[in-house]
Amino acid sequence: MISIHAFILIPILTAFLIPIFGRQFPKLHLGWVVLPVPILLFSFFVSKIPVISANKAITGSVAWIRALDLHFAVYLDGLSLIFTLLITGIGSLVVLYSIFYLSKEKESLSHFYTYLLLFMGAMLGVVLSDNLMVLYLFWELTSISSFLLIAFWFRRKKSRYGAQKSFLITVGGGIAMLVGFIMLQVMTATNSVQEIIAMRDSIQDHELFVPSLVLILLGAFTKSAQFPFHIWLPDAMEAPTPVSAYLHSATMVKAGLFLVARFTPVFGGEATWFWLVSGVGIFTMFWGSFTAVRQNDLKALLAYSTISQLGLMMSLFGLGSAALQGGASTNSIIYTQAIFAALFHLVNHATFKGALFMIVGIVDHGVGTRDVRKLGGLLSLMPITFTLSVIGSFSMAGLPPFNGFLSKEMFFTAVLNAPEMSIFSMDTWGLLFPIIAWIGSIFTFIYSMIIVFRTFLGPYRRERLEKDPHEAPIGMLLSPIVLCTFVILLFFFPNLLSKYLLAPAMNGILPTYQNMEGFIPKISAWHGFNLELLMTAGVVILGIVLMNTYRFWNVIYDLFPEKLSLDRGYQWILAASESGSKKATDRYMTGFLPNYLYYIFGFLLLMVGGTLFLSGSIAFDPSNDASVSLYEGVFVGIMSIAVVGILFAKSRMTATLLNGLLGYSIAVFFVLFRAPDLALTQLVVETVTTVLFLLCFYHLPEWSKEDRSWKVRFPKIIISIGMGALTVLIALSVQGNKLFESISSYFEDSYELAGGRNIVNSILGDFRAFDTMLEVVVLFIAGIGVYTLVKLKAPQGGDKIERK
Amino acid sequence: MRENDIILQTVSKVAVFIILTFGVYLFLSGHHNPGGGFIGGLTLSSAFVLLYIAFDVESVNAGIPLNYKMVAAVGVLIAICTGMGSLLFGSAFLSQSSAYFNLPVFGKTGFATVTLFESGVALGVVGVVITIMVSISEDV
Amino acid sequence: METIITLLIGVLVSVATYLLLSKNVIRVVLGSAILSHAIHLLLITMGGLKKGGVPILGGKVETYVDALPQALILTAIVISFAVTAFFLVLMYRTYQSVGTDNLHEMRGTNDE
Repeated sequence: MISIHAFILIPILTAFLIPIFGRQFPKLHLGWVVLPVPILLFSFFVSKIPVISANKAITGSVAWIRALDLHFAVYLDGLSLIFTLLITGIGSLVVLYSIFYLSKEKESLSHFYTYLLLFMGAMLGVVLSDNLMVLYLFWELTSISSFLLIAFWFRRKKSRYGAQKSFLITVGGGIAMLVGFIMLQVMTATNSVQEIIAMRDSIQDHELFVPSLVLILLGAFTKSAQFPFHIWLPDAMEAPTPVSAYLHSATMVKAGLFLVARFTPVFGGEATWFWLVSGVGIFTMFWGSFTAVRQNDLKALLAYSTISQLGLMMSLFGLGSAALQGGASTNSIIYTQAIFAALFHLVNHATFKGALFMIVGIVDHGVGTRDVRKLGGLLSLMPITFTLSVIGSFSMAGLPPFNGFLSKEMFFTAVLNAPEMSIFSMDTWGLLFPIIAWIGSIFTFIYSMIIVFRTFLGPYRRERLEKDPHEAPIGMLLSPIVLCTFVILLFFFPNLLSKYLLAPAMNGILPTYQNMEGFIPKISAWHGFNLELLMTAGVVILGIVLMNTYRFWNVIYDLFPEKLSLDRGYQWILAASESGSKKATDRYMTGFLPNYLYYIFGFLLLMVGGTLFLSGSIAFDPSNDASVSLYEGVFVGIMSIAVVGILFAKSRMTATLLNGLLGYSIAVFFVLFRAPDLALTQLVVETVTTVLFLLCFYHLPEWSKEDRSWKVRFPKIIISIGMGALTVLIALSVQGNKLFESISSYFEDSYELAGGRNIVNSILGDFRAFDTMLEVVVLFIAGIGVYTLVKLKAPQGGDKIERK
Repeated sequence: MRENDIILQTVSKVAVFIILTFGVYLFLSGHHNPGGGFIGGLTLSSAFVLLYIAFDVESVNAGIPLNYKMVAAVGVLIAICTGMGSLLFGSAFLSQSSAYFNLPVFGKTGFATVTLFESGVALGVVGVVITIMVSISEDV
Repeated sequence: METIITLLIGVLVSVATYLLLSKNVIRVVLGSAILSHAIHLLLITMGGLKKGGVPILGGKVETYVDALPQALILTAIVISFAVTAFFLVLMYRTYQSVGTDNLHEMRGTNDE
C-alpha cells in the first residue's frame, strides 16, 4: 500500500508548486487551486472506511535509512482514520472559507496556501506514521508550519510574539518527546509503534518506563495546550481566522490527544500516566473555561474554550486508561467508556468549534471588531450567522438537540464513574473529578452563551463598530453551514459514527477489550432521569443565574492578578534568559580579535600540551636525521634572522619584503628536499603574494607601533613561545615515535595505477582528485569573495533602510 | 607617472611570452615531470600580473578582453565535469584514464583524461588570481 | 637536518603567533602568512627529509622521498594564497568603511 505514502506527500509536494501557480496565474485566487487537494484526500480516506470498520489496519513501509531503523512506515487504523478525516474534511472547508476570507489583492496568498498545505501533509504524517522518528519529524513540521501561519501577518508585533511563543513551547515539548521516544527505542530496540505496543508487558518494569512516559506526555501537553503550557494558544489567535479554525481548534492541538490515544496501549494502566493525563486534563478543563469567561475578545474566548475542551478530552483519555490496569475484564469495561466519550467528543468538538471560529471570523470581517464590549444587536443584520452561532454555541454548552449534548453527558458519566474506581487511590480523591467537571461545565455554559447573547442580542451600537454590518457572502457561510449540519446530524444519528469510526478506533486503542459485551455502547439522547441529566440541568440553571449576576462576582478574577499570571512568568523567563546569556557572553566576547586568539591558543596549549605531558609521549630521537650541509645551515640562519626581523621592522614594506625572503628561502628548501613541484609553486605564489601585499598597502595606512608596555607584551611573548615550543615538541615526538607504517609506498606505483611518472601530480590529479577539485572550488569561492568585497559596496545609509 | 617604465615595458613584452610559454610547458609536462595544473596556472597568471604591473589596467584589459571571473568559472566547471565524465563510463567519480596513440607529427603521444581535469584546474587558478589582482587594482 | 628544521619551525610559529596577537591588521595578516610557511615546512619535515630521490619515476634512484606531504603542501600553498588574498581585501575594505586599522578600535561599532 504505497498509495498512503503518496497521500501524505501530495499536500507537501503541492505546497512547493503553489508559488509557481501563483506567479503563472496572478488573477486566480489560489484557494481554488488548493481546494481539490484536501477534497481528493478526503474522498480517498472516506473510501477506506469499509476496510477500517472491518477492524483491519492498512500498513505500508518504505525503507529510508535502514541502519538507523528508520522506515517511512504508515499505519492506518480506526484512530488514525478519524484524524485523517478531520484533517482533510475540515481542511477542505477551511480552504473554501479562506477563499472568501482572504482577499487576493491584499494578502500574500501563495505563502498562506504553501504553509497550509505543508501543515496538512505534516499533520497527516503525524497521525499515520508508525515509526517514532518519522512521527517526530512530522510532529515538528506541524510546529514549524503553525509558526509560519501564526506569523502570517508578520508585520504585526503581536503576530511575531505569538508565533515565537507557540514555537518555543511546542518545539520544547517536542524535544522532550523525542527524548522519550529514544528511551522507548532503547527499551524495545525498535522504532515501530505497533511493535512497541506488542512488547508492552516486557518493558513495564524497565527503569526508563516512567521517565519516557513523562517526557512523551510533555510533548502531548505542550501541543494540546494543557495547563501550564496552555499560554501559547491565546496568542496563536493572531493567525488569520481560517488558520485558527483549522490548526488551533480542529487539528493540530489535537495531535497531543492523538499521541495520548496512540500510546494508551503502551502506558495505560500505569498510575503516573493515569494521574498526569486525567489530573492535568481536568484542571485544564476547569481553568480554561474559567478564564474564557473573562475574555473580551471573541477569539481569545474561543481560544480558552478550546483549551478547556482539550482538557476535557485529555481527562477522558486519562480516566479511560484505568481500564488497562490489571488487564481486560468485564468489571473494568465501564472505564473504557471514557475513551469512547473522548473520541466522540473529539469529532463533535471539531465540528462545532470549527464552525464557531468561522462565525467569529465572519463577524470580524463584517463588523471590524471582535470585542464583545462593542458588539451587540447583530441579530437582525446577520440572521444566518446568528442561527449558526446558536447551533455551535449550544452544542458547545452541551444542550440538545446538538451533538455536544451527547458527548457532554458521556463525559459526566465517565467522571461519575471515577470515584468508584478501586485503584490509584481513587476512592479518596475520585470525588474531585465530577465536582471539578461540573464547575467547569457551568463556566463552559456561560461563555457559550456570551458568544450568542453579547454578539447578536442586546443593544446595537453602530458608533462603536468600524464598518456597516452586513451578512456574509454565501461562500463564506457555506463551510460553517456544513459543519453545523453535522452538529445536528450527529445528534440524531450518532450510532452511525460510532459503528464506522469510533468502534474501530476503540479497538485500536484497547485491543484487549475487542469483541467484549458492552465495549461499544449505543449512544442515545434520552437515558432517563439520572444524575447526568440532573447535572446538566444544574449547569443550565446555575449558568443562567451566574451570567446575569456576572458584575457581582467578577471580582473573583482579581484574585488572579495579571502580575502573577503564567504569561508573565513566560515573559520573565524569556527576558531573563536573554539578558543572562547576553551578560555571560559579553564577559568573554569582547569583540577584540587578539582576545579570541588568546582563548584558542591557551586552550590548545593546555589540552594538547597537557595531553603530551600526561601521556608521556614526548620523545626525541635524532639518530635517523639526514645530514646538514653548510648551505642549509646558512639558510636556516637567514630565515631565523629574517623572521625575527619582521618583529622589529619599522615599516610594513620591510616586513613584507622579509616575508618574501622567507618564502623564497622555503622554495630553496623545497629544492633541497627533493620537491621540485613545490619549489616552483612556492616561487610563483610568493611573488604574487608580495605583489598582492603591495597592492593592498595602497589602501591601508602605514602600520602603527604596537603597545610596548610589558603588561601587553608579556602575555603575548609567553603564548608565542609556548606555541613555538609546543609545535617543536609535537614535531620531534612524531619523528621519535614511529607508530604506523607509511602509506606513501602505495603511491609509488603511480605509473601503473594512474599512468603518470610524477607521483605528486598523480596524487593531485588522480588518487586524490576529489581534494583537488574541491580546492579549485575553494579557490574560486575566495576569488568571488574578493571580487564581491571590492565591487559591492552598500550605498550610503543602505543598511539603515534594511533594518527598518 | 608612467615615464620611467620604458625599460620595464620593453622587457615585459619579451618576458611575458617566455613566461607564458614556460607556463604552458609546465602545465603539459606535469604528468611525467615537475609541473601540472597548479604550477602551470600560477605561472600563466604571473605573466599576466607582470603585464598589469608594466602597463596599466585599462590598456591590458583593452588588449586582452577577457572576463576572468568567467575564466575561473569555466575552469571550475571543467574540473567538475571531467569528474562527471567518468560516471558515464561506469567508473567512480573523478576516475582518470590514459592511452597512447601514434600521431603523424608528434610520434608516440600519450593522452590522459587527467590533462583535461588539470586544464580546468589551471584555468581556475588563472581566473581567480587575475580576478583578485584586477579587482584590487581597479578599486581606487 | 630534521631537528634543525623543526627548531626553525618553532621560531616561525612563535613569531607568527606573536604577530597574530597584534592590534594592527597588517601584522595579523603577515602572521597568518608566516604561520602557513611554518606549517608547510612542518608537513614536509614529517615525511622525512632527503630520504631518497625526487618523486618522479623512471630515474636511476631506487627510493623516493615521501610524495604525499608534497601533494598536501601543494594544495596548502594555493589555498593559503587564496586565504591571504581574502584577508588582505577584507582588511582594507574594513579600513575603508570603519576608518581604522586597529582591531582594538574596531570593536563595539554599533552594528549589532
